[in-house]
Amino acid sequence: MFRSDASKLSLILLMTPFVLWIGLLIVLPQLGIGYISLREKVGPREYELGLANYIDFINEPIYWNTLLRTAWMSILVTALALLVGFPVAYYIAKIAQQRSRAALFLLCLIPLWVSDLVRAFGWIVLLRETGVVSGMLQTAGLISGPVELLYNDVTVVIGLVYTVVLFMIVPLFSTLDGMDNSLLEAGYNLGGSRVTVFRRIVVPYAMPGIVAGCIITFMLTAGSYLTPILLGGKNSSWFTEQIYDQFITRYNWESGATFGVLLLGFTSFVVWLGLRLTGQSLANTVAKE
Amino acid sequence: MDDLQCDGLTKRFGNFTAVNDVSFAVPSGSFFSILGPSGCGKTTLMRMIAGFENPSKGDIKIKGNSVLATPPNKRNVKMVFQHLALFPMMNVGENIAYGLRCRGEPKADIAHKVAAVLERIGLPGVEEKEVAQLSGGQKQRIAIARCMVLEPDVLLLDEPLGALDLKLRERMKIELKLLQHQFDTTFLYITHDQSEALVMSDNVAVMNAGRFEQIGTPQELYHSPASGFVAGFVGDTNRWKGRVVSIADGAAKVQTAAGEIVAAASGEDVAEGVEVDVFVRPEAIELGVPENGNSLRGKVDSLLFNGANSRILVRIADGELIEVNYPVMDGGGGLSAGDDVEIGWARERGRCFAAAR
Ligand SMILES: Nc1ncnc2c1ncn2[C@@H]1O[C@H](COP(=O)(O)OP(=O)(O)O)[C@@H](O)[C@H]1O
Ligand SMILES: [Mg+2]
Repeated sequence: MFRSDASKLSLILLMTPFVLWIGLLIVLPQLGIGYISLREKVGPREYELGLANYIDFINEPIYWNTLLRTAWMSILVTALALLVGFPVAYYIAKIAQQRSRAALFLLCLIPLWVSDLVRAFGWIVLLRETGVVSGMLQTAGLISGPVELLYNDVTVVIGLVYTVVLFMIVPLFSTLDGMDNSLLEAGYNLGGSRVTVFRRIVVPYAMPGIVAGCIITFMLTAGSYLTPILLGGKNSSWFTEQIYDQFITRYNWESGATFGVLLLGFTSFVVWLGLRLTGQSLANTVAKE
Repeated sequence: MDDLQCDGLTKRFGNFTAVNDVSFAVPSGSFFSILGPSGCGKTTLMRMIAGFENPSKGDIKIKGNSVLATPPNKRNVKMVFQHLALFPMMNVGENIAYGLRCRGEPKADIAHKVAAVLERIGLPGVEEKEVAQLSGGQKQRIAIARCMVLEPDVLLLDEPLGALDLKLRERMKIELKLLQHQFDTTFLYITHDQSEALVMSDNVAVMNAGRFEQIGTPQELYHSPASGFVAGFVGDTNRWKGRVVSIADGAAKVQTAAGEIVAAASGEDVAEGVEVDVFVRPEAIELGVPENGNSLRGKVDSLLFNGANSRILVRIADGELIEVNYPVMDGGGGLSAGDDVEIGWARERGRCFAAAR
């Protein structure tokens, strides 16, 4: 009796901050945003409920092109982050010496100690016309005049991959770290080549980590603001920039809220589609164990 | 024809020698065990045979051909891992089919072979089950089937019964031996449990600190151990420390704290004045004084009833406890704790080895 009361109490104590956080900072604002997005402005301080904001969005190709572009580039960034992150995670979890493992893992986390903004400025220092890279290329005699390496899509993608790759490495590392080496050895022993072992044993085993990492990176990328704006400049056409624009520059909260809802809805849809296409489900990957 | 042959196999990790100059041959179709305490290098030896470690020295031959240059996935030796290493993301059928698919066999053949091997291990129709749904003993058999379906030259088993509970272990011992007969494949079995090795094997190699101490049939190891380590490790035994007083005709007179006894001198380095260990098996010791044998006086400390393996613990003069055969079949002779007894054994049933320094 006492035991169950105590455990109930501790459950409540543990859950309260979590529920408050979810409720006050996520659910409530989202509901508010959803509500605002459904308001149509019919006159000064006069509103009606309706879908006009959504219809405006559909009728303006710039808006939905930006959303599609953001989604595509986020998928690209996610794929690249997986490509870069997997070998790193695999190396730390399976190849590196037991002793150096913790140090390597910490090393991966170091960039998190510096804020996004500072990291983005780091890129700017390197890549601008008068920046380090341009200067070095000139000194080496590879180019004759200064080059502008900022404000193009490649730079934006690279910058984004750099920002989010950690969130790919961490879940990958933890699943791979849990994999018994004897599974790999059994894979070889039974006649598998490197490719077979990787494809049929490592990847399926790491799937929960891959799915979790991809979802986190994709959502982070699609919702990021600083990196695309600072590295891509005015023409980066990132969807969060549109949202910012509507809220702050034009003071059109209704439209901004609509874009916010659309971004959430669309990215969720992409995640769902990705899960469907790869035959995964949240229940048997992320929620496993 | 030997299926597996190792010549002077050595493995060093830094300046630690895990396997030291090991040579042996396993005849075709036999059950060969390597028996040794934990950490003596058994797994390292097996990993070299499977190709996961490169020997520092020596050669490994499978069916007469050196495989040192062959990568692990091309060697026709299959391994049952200590914790089985069944693939958790595949079901039973896929686990067994894995090796066949790696070989690129046609789909129809694979399904057929998987069904056939499951039949042979007595688990027909479990293809669709998940690995987690199986019991410990079933997993064991699936792990063996996964290897046997590939018809290896040698099957390596690394303490496969270690994770099972006692009851199941006893049953799997017999089952493994039957499976080996049935598949008629060479088994190389690693264990630290001497009873597993004795029950199942045609030949046993006793390993200690990276070296083979003796290779022989279970009977040979039991009845004529080549070293003190083997005598102490294989089977139950009593052990005394002592010093050789004199030697005549291969029989050493040994002074122990409990009295003077005569034992067969084994090994060349037993000589007058040498510190030795004397080994006598409990079943050789009986109550009463045999003619022309050793005898000691003592007090019954306790009676340990265990069916046919029952023992009397006798405390002798110097305070040591000695295990003595307890003839429960004859009713036990009405002994009880505290009784004064005299115990004895035939001289040739005890043997002494120079004590390890
Ligand atoms: N990769 C390795 N590096 C260094 N030492 C090792 C390595 N593998 C095994 N050893 C050492 O070799 C010895 C024998 O190990 P092992 O073969 O696993 O013993 P067993 O299987 O008989 O218990 C142990 O002392 C172990 O610490
Ligand atoms: Mg071992």
